[in-house]
Parts: sequence; structure tokens; C-alpha cells
Amino acid sequence: MTARPGLWRVGMAVYARDLRLAFRRWEQAVQPVVFLLMVATLFPLALSPEAAQLRGVAAGVLWVAALLASLLALEFLFRADHEDGSLEQLVLSGHPLGWLSIFKVLAHWTISGLPLVLVSPVVATSLAVPASALAVVMLSLLLGTGVLSFVGGAAAALTLGVKRGGVLVSVLTLPLVMPALIFGAQAADLAIMGESARGPLLLLLALLVLSVSLAPLAIAAALRIGVE
Amino acid sequence: MNIAEFLAMGGYAAYVWPAYGLVFAVLALNVWAARRSHERALEEARRRLMQEESGR
Amino acid sequence: MWTWFHKLASPPHFYRIAGLTIPAFSWAAGLLVAAGLYGGLVLAPPDYQQGEGFRIFYVHVPSAILSMFVYATMAIAAAIGLIWRMKLAHAVAAASAPIGAWFTACALATGSIWGKPMWGTWWVGDARLTSELILLFLYLGYLGLRSSFDDLQRADRASAVLAVIGIVNLPVIHYSVVWWNSIHQGSTLLTPGAMPIAMKWPALCMLAGFALFYGAVLFVRLRGEVVRRERSAAWLREVLVK
Repeated sequence: MTARPGLWRVGMAVYARDLRLAFRRWEQAVQPVVFLLMVATLFPLALSPEAAQLRGVAAGVLWVAALLASLLALEFLFRADHEDGSLEQLVLSGHPLGWLSIFKVLAHWTISGLPLVLVSPVVATSLAVPASALAVVMLSLLLGTGVLSFVGGAAAALTLGVKRGGVLVSVLTLPLVMPALIFGAQAADLAIMGESARGPLLLLLALLVLSVSLAPLAIAAALRIGVE
Repeated sequence: MNIAEFLAMGGYAAYVWPAYGLVFAVLALNVWAARRSHERALEEARRRLMQEESGR
Repeated sequence: MWTWFHKLASPPHFYRIAGLTIPAFSWAAGLLVAAGLYGGLVLAPPDYQQGEGFRIFYVHVPSAILSMFVYATMAIAAAIGLIWRMKLAHAVAAASAPIGAWFTACALATGSIWGKPMWGTWWVGDARLTSELILLFLYLGYLGLRSSFDDLQRADRASAVLAVIGIVNLPVIHYSVVWWNSIHQGSTLLTPGAMPIAMKWPALCMLAGFALFYGAVLFVRLRGEVVRRERSAAWLREVLVK
């Protein structure tokens, strides 16, 4: 019997595998970004191309669009693995499921959340956001998409095996991420108006820390229930 | 204070009475819904028993 | 002690207990609400600033407090059901959810109605109102998750995890008026000296009445939930004969 690989090894293997699988189906992985770009183009069309008006709603629009785009991607977090049985293997593997789920969620965030953050300056500029605010906007989305991936991960784990559970995942996730949306949009808005966004950003960071520490417990419990 | 003054609620009648009415309507709805839920559970159980017995 | 719990959960035994608690709670609730209504609508003086419009307080506040109390009960029952695998605990959570959701809806609706004449708006995006709205969404998500499973046991356990997660919202609702500048007023009912006794006692009566109402309706629903989770055909037959 070979010695059991350490947790870090297994975790990184999970992370790498998820990334590899996503790259193979990159058309799927790229959908959230495409969605964000499309939504961002819709608003100037629907409202008005006038810079002053766009700037007023930019923070909210950007954040809600990023939120919706991330929700789209949540369905894929566990579904493929659940269907081909590899999720069950993971649960039965004997490694601490909570820690493993952190790696899985991080992989998911790398595929769906991080691209959104990287594309956001382009989208923000198209919404008349001044260049001085872009750093804060990106930071707020960085923290916010993190919260979303972890909380959404818990919702996705709970709805494992539910037929057509797509909308349900969103319904479960949204109430829990609303505080992040509030603080994140607030931070972006303050930056756009040229003021310090330190307060909301710190609160957002606190929310991220909270979700990273609690969500894995919920995910592990939910996965065990779902795989039974 | 007479009945007319009581009903007028100092001018706020349009707000106070709908609020109270809404709450008590919801309470009544809860009683009805709870009873119905109980009845449905009994019916389902009866059906389950009959299926089990006929299956034997 | 565990044998007492297990006995409690068997339908015939439970039905016997429910047969006592439901009428007792119902009558007590009815009397307390009647007293609270009389005290609040007739006896209590109008508010110094808000006049008679203030009387919405006597339905708004009990609804809001119950919306949180029921969620807490639901979450604790869910946790007990998860940890000790007790069907009765899961039944309590399942039975409480619709009741709590309705209380939350009442709190939001009466608050909105109250807000229009007093603060000039049906809604404002502040912390207290938003977190109460989130509570409603949590209830609805719980009910939605439950109904999406065919297997009752899985529904119980998955929704229990969700209920426990959502408990973080309760301290947010309660302390939102302390942590943020909110349009919503601070705590008055539970703070000593913040309210004259003539206004306080009807509100406490309504609160107690609503709580007992919840208890009564809970037990009515619980009878059905216990039957749904009962596997033994012998017990079921005994119950259905009545």
C-alpha cells in the first residue's frame, strides 16, 4: 500500500484537474465573460450614452452584471463531477472534504470569477467610469466574486442532483450574497465619485473571510447528503 | 371617543385598517393552510397503506 | 430522556399531546390578541408625533419579532435534526417555515404601509429593511429547496444545512439599527424605559398572542409532518382509524 498523499498534493491535483477540464471546454468557460460584456453594452443602449448618467449607475450595473454572470457559471461547479461519479470518489476518498472543497471552489473562481475581474476595467470604461476608480472597482469585484464562488458553491452543493436546479441555485445564493453586493457596489460608487472606499472594502474583505471559513463546512455537509 | 372617530384613526384610517386587516387575513390563512396540510398528509398516508396492502 | 423523545415522535402519542396543546395554545392566543387589540387600539394614547397612525406598531412589531423567532426555532430544530438524526426535529423545521415566511411578509408589508405616511416612502434600501427582505428570501429558498427533492429524508437534510447557514442573517437584522444609521427606529419594546407602560403592555400581549398562535399552528402542521415521516404501517393504521 502506498503512503497516502498529503492534503496539499490532493488539493492541488483537484485544482489542476478542474482547470484542465475547463480549458478543454473553453467555450463554456468563457460564457460568463461574454455575458458580462453583453450586459454592459445593453445599459448604455437602454439608458443613454451620456457619460454623466452612465457614471451614476455604473457601479450598480457592473456589480449586478458580474453577479449574474457568476451565477451562470455556478451550475458547472459540481454537476459534471456528480454525473460521472468522480464527486462520489472525492467524498469517499477519506480526505477532509471541507479542505478539498476549498480547492474546488478556488478552481471554479479561477475559471469564472477571475476573468470577470480582469475584463472589468474594459467594461467599466465603457460605462464612463474614470480611470482613477478602476483599481477600486477591480478590487471590489475581486473580493466579491470570491464571496460569490464560496457561497454559491454551498448552494450548488445543496442542489446536487436536483433536476433543473439552475434557478434554484440562484434563488439560494442571492439572499446570502446581498450584503457583498451592497458593500461592493458602495465601494465602487465611492471610488467613482472620487472618495475613499476603505470602509466598504474592509467590510467586503470581512465577508470574504467569513465565507471562506464557513462555506466549506456547509459544502462538505451538503456533498455528503447529496452523494448518499 | 365615538365610533366614527375610532374608525377614522385620526386621518390614518387608510393605513391602519389595511395593515390590521392584512395581518389577520394572513393569520386566518395560516390556520386554514395548516389544517389542509394535515389532511393531505393523512390522505397520502392512506394511499401509501392501500398500495402496500394491495401489493402484498 | 431519549426514550421520551422517541415516544413523543410516534404518531399516536404525538396526536394525544397535540390534542391538548392545540386548543390550549389557541385559546390563550385568542385571549391575548383580543386583550392586545383592545389595549392597543382603544386604551393606549395616540403617539406624540405620529398620532393614531402609530397603532400599526401593534401588528408590525409582533410580526417582525416572530419572523425572527420562528427562523431561529427552525434553524435550531434543523441543526438538531442533522446532528442527532431526529425526524421530529426535521418535522418542526419543515412545519415552521411557511408560518415564519408569512410573518416576515406581514412585517415587511405593515412596515411599508406604516412608512408611507410617516417617512414618506414605501421602501428604503437601509440595513434593517434589506436584511428582513433577505430573511423572506431565505424562507422561500428553504421551501423551494425542500420541494425540489422527491426523497423526504434528503429534503430534510439538505434544507437543514440551508437553514443553519441562513442563521447569520438574524444578528444582522437585530443589530442593523445599532451598526448603521438606519431610517428604521431603534429598539423600543425591549429597552426598559423607552416606552410608556400604557403602550408597552398591549404590544407585549400581541407578541405573546402571536407566539402562542405560532405554537398552535405549528402543532397542527406537525401532526401531518409526523405522519409523513412515519414508516411503521401499524402506527399509521392506528392513527388513520380515528
